[in-house]
Amino acid sequence: MCLAVPGELVEIDDGDCLTLKGRVSFGGVIKEVNLAFVPEARVGDFVTVHVGFAMSVLDTEEAARSLHAFGELDTLP
Amino acid sequence: MKYIDDYRDAARAHEMLAALHRLTTRPWRLMEICGGQTHAIVKFGIDELLPREISLVHGPGCPVCVTPLEMIDRALAIAAHSGVIFCSFGDMLRVPGSTSDLFRVRAQGADVRIVYSPLDALQVARDNPDREVVFFAIGFETTAPANAMAVHVAKTEGLRNFSVLVSQVLVPPALETILSAPTHQIQGVLAAGHVCMVMGMGEYEPLAAKYRVPIVVTGFEPLDILQGIYMCVNQLETGRAQVENQYARTVQQDGNRRAIDLIDEIFSVIPRKWRGIDEIPQSGLGLCAKYADFDAECRFDVCVGPVEEASECISGQVLQGLRKPNECPAFGTSCHPGHPLGATMVSSEGACAAYHRYRPQREYS
Repeated sequence: MCLAVPGELVEIDDGDCLTLKGRVSFGGVIKEVNLAFVPEARVGDFVTVHVGFAMSVLDTEEAARSLHAFGELDTLP
Repeated sequence: MKYIDDYRDAARAHEMLAALHRLTTRPWRLMEICGGQTHAIVKFGIDELLPREISLVHGPGCPVCVTPLEMIDRALAIAAHSGVIFCSFGDMLRVPGSTSDLFRVRAQGADVRIVYSPLDALQVARDNPDREVVFFAIGFETTAPANAMAVHVAKTEGLRNFSVLVSQVLVPPALETILSAPTHQIQGVLAAGHVCMVMGMGEYEPLAAKYRVPIVVTGFEPLDILQGIYMCVNQLETGRAQVENQYARTVQQDGNRRAIDLIDEIFSVIPRKWRGIDEIPQSGLGLCAKYADFDAECRFDVCVGPVEEASECISGQVLQGLRKPNECPAFGTSCHPGHPLGATMVSSEGACAAYHRYRPQREYS
Protein backbone atom coordinates (compact mmCIF):
# COMPACT_ATOMS: atom_id res chain seq x y z
CA MET A 1 0.00 0.00 0.00
CA CYS A 2 2.80 2.42 0.83
CA LEU A 3 4.62 1.23 -2.27
CA ALA A 4 6.52 4.08 -3.89
CA VAL A 5 8.81 3.68 -6.87
CA PRO A 6 11.64 5.89 -8.12
CA GLY A 7 11.52 7.01 -11.72
CA GLU A 8 13.19 9.63 -13.90
CA LEU A 9 11.30 12.83 -14.57
CA VAL A 10 11.43 13.25 -18.35
CA GLU A 11 8.99 16.10 -18.96
CA ILE A 12 7.25 18.84 -16.97
CA ASP A 13 4.02 20.49 -18.13
CA ASP A 14 3.01 24.05 -17.48
CA GLY A 15 0.51 24.29 -14.68
CA ASP A 16 -0.28 25.97 -11.40
CA CYS A 17 0.94 24.46 -8.14
CA LEU A 18 -2.13 22.25 -7.69
CA THR A 19 -2.15 20.71 -11.11
CA LEU A 20 1.57 20.69 -11.84
CA LYS A 21 2.15 17.50 -13.80
CA GLY A 22 4.93 15.74 -15.61
CA ARG A 23 5.89 12.44 -17.11
CA VAL A 24 8.09 9.96 -15.28
CA SER A 25 9.93 7.03 -16.83
CA PHE A 26 9.98 3.84 -14.81
CA GLY A 27 12.56 1.81 -16.71
CA GLY A 28 11.06 3.03 -19.98
CA VAL A 29 7.40 2.88 -18.98
CA ILE A 30 6.13 6.46 -18.97
CA LYS A 31 3.42 7.53 -16.52
CA GLU A 32 1.82 10.89 -15.89
CA VAL A 33 2.60 12.04 -12.36
CA ASN A 34 1.38 14.94 -10.24
CA LEU A 35 4.29 17.15 -9.14
CA ALA A 36 2.41 19.46 -6.75
CA PHE A 37 4.37 18.23 -3.72
CA VAL A 38 7.79 18.53 -5.40
CA PRO A 39 7.65 21.70 -7.52
CA GLU A 40 11.43 21.93 -7.19
CA ALA A 41 11.87 18.76 -9.31
CA ARG A 42 13.63 19.24 -12.63
CA VAL A 43 13.84 17.11 -15.78
CA GLY A 44 16.51 14.45 -15.17
CA ASP A 45 15.78 14.20 -11.45
CA PHE A 46 14.60 10.90 -10.02
CA VAL A 47 11.38 11.25 -8.06
CA THR A 48 9.74 8.73 -5.73
CA VAL A 49 6.13 8.23 -6.82
CA HIS A 50 3.20 6.99 -4.73
CA VAL A 51 -0.38 6.64 -6.10
CA GLY A 52 0.29 9.09 -8.90
CA PHE A 53 2.10 11.74 -6.85
CA ALA A 54 5.82 12.43 -6.73
CA MET A 55 6.58 12.75 -3.00
CA SER A 56 10.35 13.15 -2.89
CA VAL A 57 13.23 14.11 -5.17
CA LEU A 58 15.82 11.37 -4.86
CA ASP A 59 19.10 12.53 -3.36
CA THR A 60 21.66 10.98 -5.70
CA GLU A 61 24.58 11.80 -3.39
CA GLU A 62 22.92 9.95 -0.54
CA ALA A 63 22.12 7.06 -2.87
CA ALA A 64 25.80 6.79 -3.84
CA ARG A 65 26.84 7.15 -0.21
CA SER A 66 24.60 4.30 0.96
CA LEU A 67 25.86 2.00 -1.81
CA HIS A 68 29.41 2.87 -0.80
CA ALA A 69 28.53 2.15 2.85
CA PHE A 70 27.27 -1.31 1.89
CA GLY A 71 30.73 -2.08 0.49
CA GLU A 72 32.49 -0.71 3.56
CA LEU A 73 30.63 -3.01 5.95
CA ASP A 74 32.69 -5.90 4.64
CA THR A 75 35.91 -4.32 5.88
CA LEU A 76 34.63 -3.64 9.39
CA PRO A 77 36.02 -5.87 12.13
CA MET B 1 15.62 -0.23 -12.93
CA LYS B 2 17.93 2.45 -11.61
CA TYR B 3 17.82 2.90 -7.83
CA ILE B 4 16.07 -0.46 -7.47
CA ASP B 5 18.39 -3.06 -9.00
CA ASP B 6 21.42 -1.53 -7.26
CA TYR B 7 19.78 -2.42 -3.94
CA ARG B 8 19.15 -6.04 -4.88
CA ASP B 9 22.76 -7.07 -5.50
CA ALA B 10 23.23 -10.57 -4.09
CA ALA B 11 27.01 -10.31 -3.63
CA ARG B 12 26.62 -7.15 -1.57
CA ALA B 13 23.82 -8.75 0.42
CA HIS B 14 26.11 -11.62 1.37
CA GLU B 15 28.86 -9.18 2.36
CA MET B 16 26.40 -7.35 4.58
CA LEU B 17 25.18 -10.58 6.10
CA ALA B 18 28.76 -11.56 6.90
CA ALA B 19 29.26 -8.19 8.61
CA LEU B 20 26.03 -8.67 10.53
CA HIS B 21 27.16 -12.11 11.71
CA ARG B 22 30.40 -10.57 12.98
CA LEU B 23 28.52 -7.75 14.71
CA THR B 24 25.91 -9.80 16.55
CA THR B 25 26.78 -11.20 19.98
CA ARG B 26 23.37 -11.50 21.66
CA PRO B 27 19.74 -12.23 20.79
CA TRP B 28 17.82 -9.23 19.46
CA ARG B 29 14.20 -8.96 18.40
CA LEU B 30 13.36 -6.27 15.83
CA MET B 31 10.02 -5.18 14.39
CA GLU B 32 9.66 -3.92 10.84
CA ILE B 33 6.68 -1.57 10.77
CA CYS B 34 5.63 -1.61 7.16
CA GLY B 35 3.85 -4.40 5.31
CA GLY B 36 5.93 -3.59 2.24
CA GLN B 37 9.04 -4.40 4.26
CA THR B 38 7.42 -7.60 5.59
CA HIS B 39 6.68 -8.61 2.02
CA ALA B 40 10.29 -7.99 0.91
CA ILE B 41 11.70 -9.83 3.95
CA VAL B 42 9.63 -12.93 3.28
CA LYS B 43 9.96 -12.75 -0.52
CA PHE B 44 13.76 -12.52 -0.45
CA GLY B 45 14.10 -14.82 2.57
CA ILE B 46 16.02 -12.18 4.50
CA ASP B 47 14.88 -13.44 7.91
CA GLU B 48 16.24 -16.89 7.14
CA LEU B 49 19.68 -15.54 6.26
CA LEU B 50 20.16 -13.50 9.42
CA PRO B 51 22.30 -14.59 12.36
CA ARG B 52 20.29 -16.99 14.50
CA GLU B 53 20.27 -14.42 17.32
CA ILE B 54 18.24 -11.89 15.32
CA SER B 55 14.52 -12.39 14.94
CA LEU B 56 12.13 -10.18 13.01
CA VAL B 57 8.51 -9.68 13.99
CA HIS B 58 6.03 -8.05 11.70
CA GLY B 59 4.30 -4.80 12.52
CA PRO B 60 0.93 -3.18 11.90
CA GLY B 61 1.88 -1.24 8.77
CA CYS B 62 -0.66 -2.59 6.33
CA PRO B 63 -3.56 -0.13 5.98
CA VAL B 64 -5.72 -2.69 4.21
CA CYS B 65 -5.24 -5.02 7.18
CA VAL B 66 -6.04 -2.50 9.92
CA THR B 67 -9.12 -0.92 8.31
CA PRO B 68 -11.83 -1.91 10.81
CA LEU B 69 -14.61 -4.29 9.97
CA GLU B 70 -17.25 -1.59 10.58
CA MET B 71 -15.58 0.59 7.94
CA ILE B 72 -15.64 -2.26 5.41
CA ASP B 73 -19.34 -2.78 6.17
CA ARG B 74 -19.92 0.95 5.69
CA ALA B 75 -18.12 0.80 2.34
CA LEU B 76 -20.26 -2.16 1.29
CA ALA B 77 -23.47 -0.34 2.24
CA ILE B 78 -22.47 2.83 0.36
CA ALA B 79 -21.31 0.86 -2.69
CA ALA B 80 -24.70 -0.87 -2.80
CA HIS B 81 -26.56 2.48 -3.07
CA SER B 82 -28.09 2.91 -6.49
CA GLY B 83 -26.44 5.71 -8.42
CA VAL B 84 -23.13 5.39 -6.57
CA ILE B 85 -19.82 4.68 -8.24
CA PHE B 86 -17.56 3.36 -5.52
CA CYS B 87 -13.83 3.72 -6.26
CA SER B 88 -11.12 1.95 -4.32
CA PHE B 89 -7.55 0.75 -4.44
CA GLY B 90 -7.67 -2.85 -5.68
CA ASP B 91 -6.42 -4.40 -2.43
CA MET B 92 -9.62 -3.47 -0.60
CA LEU B 93 -12.00 -5.40 -2.82
CA ARG B 94 -11.41 -8.82 -1.31
CA VAL B 95 -11.21 -7.71 2.34
CA PRO B 96 -13.99 -9.52 4.17
CA GLY B 97 -16.65 -7.43 5.88
CA SER B 98 -19.17 -9.00 8.23
CA THR B 99 -21.06 -10.81 5.52
CA SER B 100 -19.64 -9.82 2.16
CA ASP B 101 -16.84 -8.00 0.34
CA LEU B 102 -16.64 -5.37 -2.41
CA PHE B 103 -16.07 -7.96 -5.13
CA ARG B 104 -19.28 -9.76 -4.20
CA VAL B 105 -21.22 -6.50 -3.98
CA ARG B 106 -19.94 -5.70 -7.46
CA ALA B 107 -21.01 -9.12 -8.72
CA GLN B 108 -24.48 -8.34 -7.39
CA GLY B 109 -24.64 -5.23 -9.58
CA ALA B 110 -22.95 -2.43 -7.65
CA ASP B 111 -20.64 -0.12 -9.65
CA VAL B 112 -17.33 -0.72 -7.86
CA ARG B 113 -14.22 0.44 -9.71
CA ILE B 114 -10.53 -0.10 -9.00
CA VAL B 115 -8.41 3.04 -9.30
CA TYR B 116 -4.67 3.54 -9.10
CA SER B 117 -4.83 7.06 -7.64
CA PRO B 118 -7.43 9.25 -5.91
CA LEU B 119 -7.01 11.53 -8.93
CA ASP B 120 -8.53 8.77 -11.07
CA ALA B 121 -11.60 8.79 -8.81
CA LEU B 122 -11.85 12.57 -9.29
CA GLN B 123 -11.83 12.03 -13.03
CA VAL B 124 -14.64 9.46 -12.70
CA ALA B 125 -16.62 12.15 -10.83
CA ARG B 126 -15.97 14.72 -13.55
CA ASP B 127 -17.01 12.23 -16.22
CA ASN B 128 -20.21 11.22 -14.40
CA PRO B 129 -21.82 14.43 -13.08
CA ASP B 130 -25.17 12.69 -12.56
CA ARG B 131 -23.69 9.99 -10.32
CA GLU B 132 -22.33 10.11 -6.77
CA VAL B 133 -18.67 9.06 -6.79
CA VAL B 134 -17.17 7.85 -3.51
CA PHE B 135 -13.49 7.15 -3.02
CA PHE B 136 -12.38 4.79 -0.23
CA ALA B 137 -9.57 6.94 1.22
CA ILE B 138 -7.58 4.45 3.22
CA GLY B 139 -3.91 4.58 4.05
CA PHE B 140 -1.12 5.61 6.33
CA GLU B 141 0.67 8.95 6.23
CA THR B 142 2.20 8.00 2.86
CA THR B 143 -1.20 8.14 1.15
CA ALA B 144 -2.69 11.00 3.18
CA PRO B 145 -1.31 13.79 0.93
CA ALA B 146 -2.83 12.18 -2.19
CA ASN B 147 -6.19 11.72 -0.47
CA ALA B 148 -6.02 15.26 0.90
CA MET B 149 -5.25 16.59 -2.57
CA ALA B 150 -8.30 14.83 -4.02
CA VAL B 151 -10.56 16.59 -1.51
CA HIS B 152 -8.79 19.90 -2.03
CA VAL B 153 -9.16 19.71 -5.82
CA ALA B 154 -12.82 18.63 -5.50
CA LYS B 155 -13.55 21.69 -3.36
CA THR B 156 -11.59 24.00 -5.63
CA GLU B 157 -13.43 22.71 -8.71
CA GLY B 158 -16.80 22.62 -6.96
CA LEU B 159 -17.13 18.91 -7.71
CA ARG B 160 -20.27 18.29 -5.68
CA ASN B 161 -20.75 14.64 -6.65
CA PHE B 162 -17.44 13.54 -5.10
CA SER B 163 -16.89 12.36 -1.53
CA VAL B 164 -14.43 10.26 0.42
CA LEU B 165 -14.90 7.48 2.94
CA VAL B 166 -11.88 8.14 5.16
CA SER B 167 -9.97 5.44 6.99
CA GLN B 168 -6.59 7.10 7.47
CA VAL B 169 -4.28 5.90 10.23
CA LEU B 170 -1.01 7.12 11.73
CA VAL B 171 2.08 5.06 12.58
CA PRO B 172 3.55 6.72 15.71
CA PRO B 173 0.48 6.23 17.97
CA ALA B 174 0.25 2.56 16.93
CA LEU B 175 3.96 2.08 17.57
CA GLU B 176 3.54 3.66 20.99
CA THR B 177 0.63 1.30 21.75
CA ILE B 178 2.85 -1.66 20.88
CA LEU B 179 5.90 -0.41 22.78
CA SER B 180 3.91 0.51 25.89
CA ALA B 181 2.31 -2.95 26.20
CA PRO B 182 3.86 -4.93 29.05
CA THR B 183 3.93 -8.05 26.89
CA HIS B 184 5.93 -6.64 24.03
CA GLN B 185 9.44 -7.95 23.36
CA ILE B 186 10.55 -5.48 20.70
CA GLN B 187 14.11 -4.23 21.18
CA GLY B 188 14.56 -2.33 17.93
CA VAL B 189 12.34 -0.91 15.21
CA LEU B 190 12.70 -0.50 11.45
CA ALA B 191 10.47 2.50 10.73
CA ALA B 192 8.56 2.75 7.46
CA GLY B 193 10.59 4.69 4.93
CA HIS B 194 7.73 6.03 2.85
CA VAL B 195 5.71 7.20 5.85
CA CYS B 196 8.80 9.17 6.90
CA MET B 197 9.27 10.43 3.34
CA VAL B 198 6.07 12.40 3.97
CA MET B 199 6.21 13.10 7.71
CA GLY B 200 9.95 13.23 8.45
CA MET B 201 11.61 11.60 11.44
CA GLY B 202 10.89 14.00 14.30
CA GLU B 203 7.88 12.10 15.66
CA TYR B 204 10.04 9.04 16.39
CA GLU B 205 12.66 10.73 18.58
CA PRO B 206 10.44 10.90 21.72
CA LEU B 207 9.49 7.23 21.22
CA ALA B 208 13.11 6.08 20.89
CA ALA B 209 14.01 8.01 24.06
CA LYS B 210 10.96 7.03 26.13
CA TYR B 211 11.03 3.31 25.34
CA ARG B 212 14.82 3.01 24.90
CA VAL B 213 14.53 1.43 21.47
CA PRO B 214 16.65 2.26 18.43
CA ILE B 215 14.46 3.28 15.50
CA VAL B 216 16.01 3.13 12.04
CA VAL B 217 14.07 4.64 9.15
CA THR B 218 14.49 1.95 6.51
CA GLY B 219 13.81 1.46 2.81
CA PHE B 220 12.24 -1.47 1.02
CA GLU B 221 14.85 -3.18 -1.12
CA PRO B 222 16.81 -6.14 0.29
CA LEU B 223 20.03 -4.18 0.82
CA ASP B 224 18.06 -1.36 2.48
CA ILE B 225 16.49 -3.79 4.91
CA LEU B 226 19.80 -5.52 5.66
CA GLN B 227 21.47 -2.16 6.27
CA GLY B 228 18.56 -1.05 8.47
CA ILE B 229 18.93 -4.24 10.50
CA TYR B 230 22.70 -3.69 10.71
CA MET B 231 22.26 -0.11 11.95
CA CYS B 232 19.65 -1.21 14.49
CA VAL B 233 21.75 -4.10 15.82
CA ASN B 234 24.81 -1.86 15.91
CA GLN B 235 22.92 0.52 18.20
CA LEU B 236 21.73 -2.35 20.39
CA GLU B 237 25.20 -3.87 20.66
CA THR B 238 26.64 -0.51 21.69
CA GLY B 239 23.80 0.41 24.07
CA ARG B 240 22.30 3.26 22.03
CA ALA B 241 18.64 4.03 21.32
CA GLN B 242 18.46 6.75 18.68
CA VAL B 243 16.59 7.56 15.50
CA GLU B 244 18.78 6.95 12.45
CA ASN B 245 18.07 7.23 8.75
CA GLN B 246 19.07 4.34 6.49
CA TYR B 247 16.88 5.66 3.64
CA ALA B 248 18.45 9.09 3.29
CA ARG B 249 18.23 9.04 -0.51
CA THR B 250 14.45 9.43 -0.13
CA VAL B 251 13.74 10.58 3.45
CA GLN B 252 14.66 14.01 4.76
CA GLN B 253 14.62 14.90 8.45
CA ASP B 254 11.55 17.14 8.09
CA GLY B 255 9.71 15.13 5.43
CA ASN B 256 7.75 16.91 2.72
CA ARG B 257 6.53 20.26 4.11
CA ARG B 258 3.99 20.89 1.35
CA ALA B 259 2.43 17.48 1.90
CA ILE B 260 2.27 17.95 5.68
CA ASP B 261 0.69 21.39 5.27
CA LEU B 262 -2.02 19.98 2.99
CA ILE B 263 -2.73 17.09 5.38
CA ASP B 264 -3.10 19.68 8.19
CA GLU B 265 -5.44 21.76 6.03
CA ILE B 266 -7.80 18.92 5.08
CA PHE B 267 -7.64 16.51 8.02
CA SER B 268 -7.67 16.64 11.79
CA VAL B 269 -6.24 14.00 14.14
CA ILE B 270 -8.92 11.78 15.67
CA PRO B 271 -9.12 8.43 17.48
CA ARG B 272 -9.35 5.48 15.12
CA LYS B 273 -10.21 1.86 15.60
CA TRP B 274 -7.62 -0.55 14.18
CA ARG B 275 -8.81 -3.92 13.01
CA GLY B 276 -7.51 -6.57 15.38
CA ILE B 277 -6.07 -4.03 17.82
CA ASP B 278 -9.00 -1.80 18.93
CA GLU B 279 -9.27 1.95 19.25
CA ILE B 280 -6.03 3.89 19.58
CA PRO B 281 -6.27 7.51 20.72
CA GLN B 282 -5.18 10.17 18.22
CA SER B 283 -4.19 7.46 15.73
CA GLY B 284 -6.09 8.52 12.65
CA LEU B 285 -7.21 11.34 10.42
CA GLY B 286 -10.73 12.54 9.69
CA LEU B 287 -11.92 15.38 7.49
CA CYS B 288 -11.90 18.82 9.14
CA ALA B 289 -15.31 20.44 9.63
CA LYS B 290 -14.53 22.78 6.74
CA TYR B 291 -14.50 19.79 4.38
CA ALA B 292 -17.38 17.85 5.95
CA ASP B 293 -19.39 18.24 2.72
CA PHE B 294 -16.98 15.77 1.14
CA ASP B 295 -17.36 13.17 3.90
CA ALA B 296 -19.19 10.11 2.55
CA GLU B 297 -20.16 9.13 6.10
CA CYS B 298 -22.17 12.37 6.34
CA ARG B 299 -23.50 12.23 2.80
CA PHE B 300 -24.82 8.68 3.07
CA ASP B 301 -26.82 7.82 6.12
CA VAL B 302 -25.45 4.35 6.65
CA CYS B 303 -26.25 2.36 9.73
CA VAL B 304 -23.85 -0.47 10.46
CA GLY B 305 -24.81 -3.09 12.99
CA PRO B 306 -22.60 -4.74 15.59
CA VAL B 307 -19.72 -6.66 14.06
CA GLU B 308 -17.79 -9.73 15.04
CA GLU B 309 -14.44 -11.01 13.77
CA ALA B 310 -13.91 -14.65 12.83
CA SER B 311 -13.09 -16.31 16.15
CA GLU B 312 -10.20 -18.38 14.80
CA CYS B 313 -8.36 -15.39 13.33
CA ILE B 314 -5.27 -14.16 15.23
CA SER B 315 -4.52 -11.26 12.86
CA GLY B 316 -4.67 -8.74 15.72
CA GLN B 317 -1.80 -10.51 17.46
CA VAL B 318 0.09 -10.85 14.17
CA LEU B 319 -0.29 -7.10 13.55
CA GLN B 320 1.22 -6.33 16.96
CA GLY B 321 4.16 -8.67 16.48
CA LEU B 322 2.94 -10.99 19.25
CA ARG B 323 2.53 -14.05 17.01
CA LYS B 324 3.60 -15.13 13.55
CA PRO B 325 1.19 -16.16 10.78
CA ASN B 326 2.21 -19.81 10.82
CA GLU B 327 1.30 -20.02 14.52
CA CYS B 328 -2.38 -19.64 13.63
CA PRO B 329 -4.35 -22.90 13.53
CA ALA B 330 -6.39 -21.56 10.61
CA PHE B 331 -3.31 -20.64 8.52
CA GLY B 332 -3.41 -22.46 5.21
CA THR B 333 -6.40 -24.55 6.24
CA SER B 334 -9.64 -22.66 6.84
CA CYS B 335 -7.85 -19.36 6.03
CA HIS B 336 -6.06 -18.85 2.73
CA PRO B 337 -6.00 -16.07 0.09
CA GLY B 338 -9.00 -17.60 -1.69
CA HIS B 339 -10.96 -17.58 1.55
CA PRO B 340 -9.40 -15.11 3.98
CA LEU B 341 -10.68 -14.96 7.56
CA GLY B 342 -8.74 -11.80 8.30
CA ALA B 343 -7.36 -8.93 6.27
CA THR B 344 -3.73 -9.96 6.87
CA MET B 345 -4.43 -12.85 4.50
CA VAL B 346 -5.91 -10.55 1.85
CA SER B 347 -3.52 -7.73 1.20
CA SER B 348 -0.34 -8.57 -0.65
CA GLU B 349 1.39 -6.72 2.19
CA GLY B 350 -0.37 -8.62 4.94
CA ALA B 351 2.03 -10.86 6.87
CA CYS B 352 -0.23 -13.92 6.52
CA ALA B 353 -0.53 -13.47 2.74
CA ALA B 354 3.25 -13.04 2.40
CA TYR B 355 3.89 -16.24 4.38
CA HIS B 356 1.26 -18.09 2.40
CA ARG B 357 2.63 -16.96 -0.94
CA TYR B 358 6.31 -17.53 -0.30
CA ARG B 359 6.23 -20.22 2.42
CA PRO B 360 3.24 -22.43 1.88
CA GLN B 361 1.83 -24.46 4.69
CA ARG B 362 3.76 -27.63 3.97
CA GLU B 363 6.93 -26.00 5.30
CA TYR B 364 5.41 -25.69 8.74
CA SER B 365 3.69 -29.02 9.07
